[in-house]
Amino acid sequence: MKNSYLIETVDLVKTYSLGEYTIIALNKVSLNFENAEFTGLVGPSGSGKTTLLNIVGSLDSPTSGSAVVMGRKVEDLSHKEAAALRNRSIGFIFQTFNLLPVYTVFENVEFPLLLLGHASSERRKMTTAALEWVGLADRAKSKPDQLSGGQSQRVAIARAVVKKPALILADEPTANLDAENSHHILQTMERLNRDLGTTFIFATHDEKVIAYIRRKITLVDGAVAKDERLEPRPPEGGPRP
Amino acid sequence: MILKLALRNLLGAGLRTWLNVIVLSFAFMAIIWTQGLYEGMNDQGRRASVEAALGGGQYWQKNYDPYDVLSLEDAHAVVPDFLRSMIDENKATAVLVVQGTLYPQGRIHPVLVKGIDPGQAVLTLPAHFLKTGEDRLPALIGSRLAKSTGLGVGDTVTLRWRDAKGTFDARDLEIVQVMKTVVQSIDQGQVWLPLERLRKLAAMEGQASLVVLDQGTVEHPPVEGWVFRDLDYLLSDIKQLVQMKSAGATILYTVLILLAMLAIFDTQVLSIFRRRKEMGTLMALGFTRGRLIRLFTLEGALHGVLAAAAAALYGIPFLTWYARQGWAVPESMDSYGFAIGERLFPVYGAGLVAGTTILVLVITTIVSYLPTRRIARLKPTEALRGRMS
Repeated sequence: MKNSYLIETVDLVKTYSLGEYTIIALNKVSLNFENAEFTGLVGPSGSGKTTLLNIVGSLDSPTSGSAVVMGRKVEDLSHKEAAALRNRSIGFIFQTFNLLPVYTVFENVEFPLLLLGHASSERRKMTTAALEWVGLADRAKSKPDQLSGGQSQRVAIARAVVKKPALILADEPTANLDAENSHHILQTMERLNRDLGTTFIFATHDEKVIAYIRRKITLVDGAVAKDERLEPRPPEGGPRP
Repeated sequence: MILKLALRNLLGAGLRTWLNVIVLSFAFMAIIWTQGLYEGMNDQGRRASVEAALGGGQYWQKNYDPYDVLSLEDAHAVVPDFLRSMIDENKATAVLVVQGTLYPQGRIHPVLVKGIDPGQAVLTLPAHFLKTGEDRLPALIGSRLAKSTGLGVGDTVTLRWRDAKGTFDARDLEIVQVMKTVVQSIDQGQVWLPLERLRKLAAMEGQASLVVLDQGTVEHPPVEGWVFRDLDYLLSDIKQLVQMKSAGATILYTVLILLAMLAIFDTQVLSIFRRRKEMGTLMALGFTRGRLIRLFTLEGALHGVLAAAAAALYGIPFLTWYARQGWAVPESMDSYGFAIGERLFPVYGAGLVAGTTILVLVITTIVSYLPTRRIARLKPTEALRGRMS
């Protein structure tokens, strides 16, 4: 197996036991992802999008097959090694934002840097920059419960990008947002992908997201049904016509 | 970082946290308050007994056993030269103990008849009242004995005793003083006479049952026929009594501690159940399970720290005031057997406070840790979905 890809999965299988039954969530999925991709995993509910995202994000391990993420075999990682990989190199964006309720916006974004052991002055600088990228520098002192859905998701994006990870995994990032906020969020992520070269992988069935992605992988019943490169979006930005 | 997060989470829980903290701080205070009372009881009882009866230790005639009245017949001997010289230098005082019976108003009342030098300054016993003329036999009794026999100052009562040769004899005594002492052994059942008069009456010239040393006497070489009893030995009764009563009080604060711990345990279980998503998020951000366990344990353990702080806030002023003011001992305490006087002054030592703090913190930490063991089985994906594996 070559390790020139950012992510490489080979015959990835994930099954779950449900009483007497075995549910196949992923069925021999083989995919490669390169640096700076802006890719969407699409498909109906239960097609295996989130499961694939979880394995690539080292939150879960495959039943069989292999997933190599940034040169590390996910299935061989210990809990500590997986946590370290997530901490250093992977950012997560969740459908329900998952902000820490007792922290301010600034502290939520700063949190991954604290875990990485960055110095206070460096943390402050990087956190402020991340909040400026997502246009929320003025809400730094607010608490999550004082933000709208769109603002909360932008804080989650800032938290994911603040440590400048090579990979950001976004699970249904627009599912709880209206159209305007969805476009705003997607434009922000697209800009980060372009400016920082961060790879974004989305799990989504939202057409608004599909309008932005440059690669669309369709999963059906845990298997890759289609893997297509999409037309580039207009240079002035916004969704593909 | 974990500390900051734990503190934020804890304070963020609002009323639940403060209820737990307040209950725990009550338990904290109850332990320190009651233990302080018993420390004070021990301290006061010890001091009063030492000053009025025990001195700095005692030499007992080898047969002397205060718990065996029948042995008193043989428990007397001529005071040896070494002890006599100490008595002459006012560093010790001799006491002769004889068994006797009082006949107040026709009733029979067994007593210990004790002879003491009216000029002694080793004990705070008001022996100087016994300095009277030879025409009468003066006696000093405690207020309890006075009450139980109906005797008062100036009253005359018949005393019967048995002398060294085994002959019964009797004389009328005159009560010259009813002393008020907090040492119950002195206060009831004892009649004090001038030492030389008792020696003559009992035909025990130059003899004593025990010799009480002055406080601060360091040397106590072996004396043939006599046994030295140090304060540890002499005070063992008081210590045992206080320990027994202190053990009874532990029931009160054990219940309080259990209530507080149950509340903390419950809060921890609830917190872990409610915050599964948050745990999943923290894991996604790079928290290991070990770190999560430390975070939740710390959150629980901080209840103990906050309780200590809360207890200090209202406890220090209260206990300081209380230690100065003392506690007016109720009448019912009179029968407890403590030499503590009318007011009991609690003693809140640094050891007691530090020991209690450590005890509460250790128990809180253990109780906080137990529910977090579930986190060790937690899968990040399940947690993110709000499930507990």
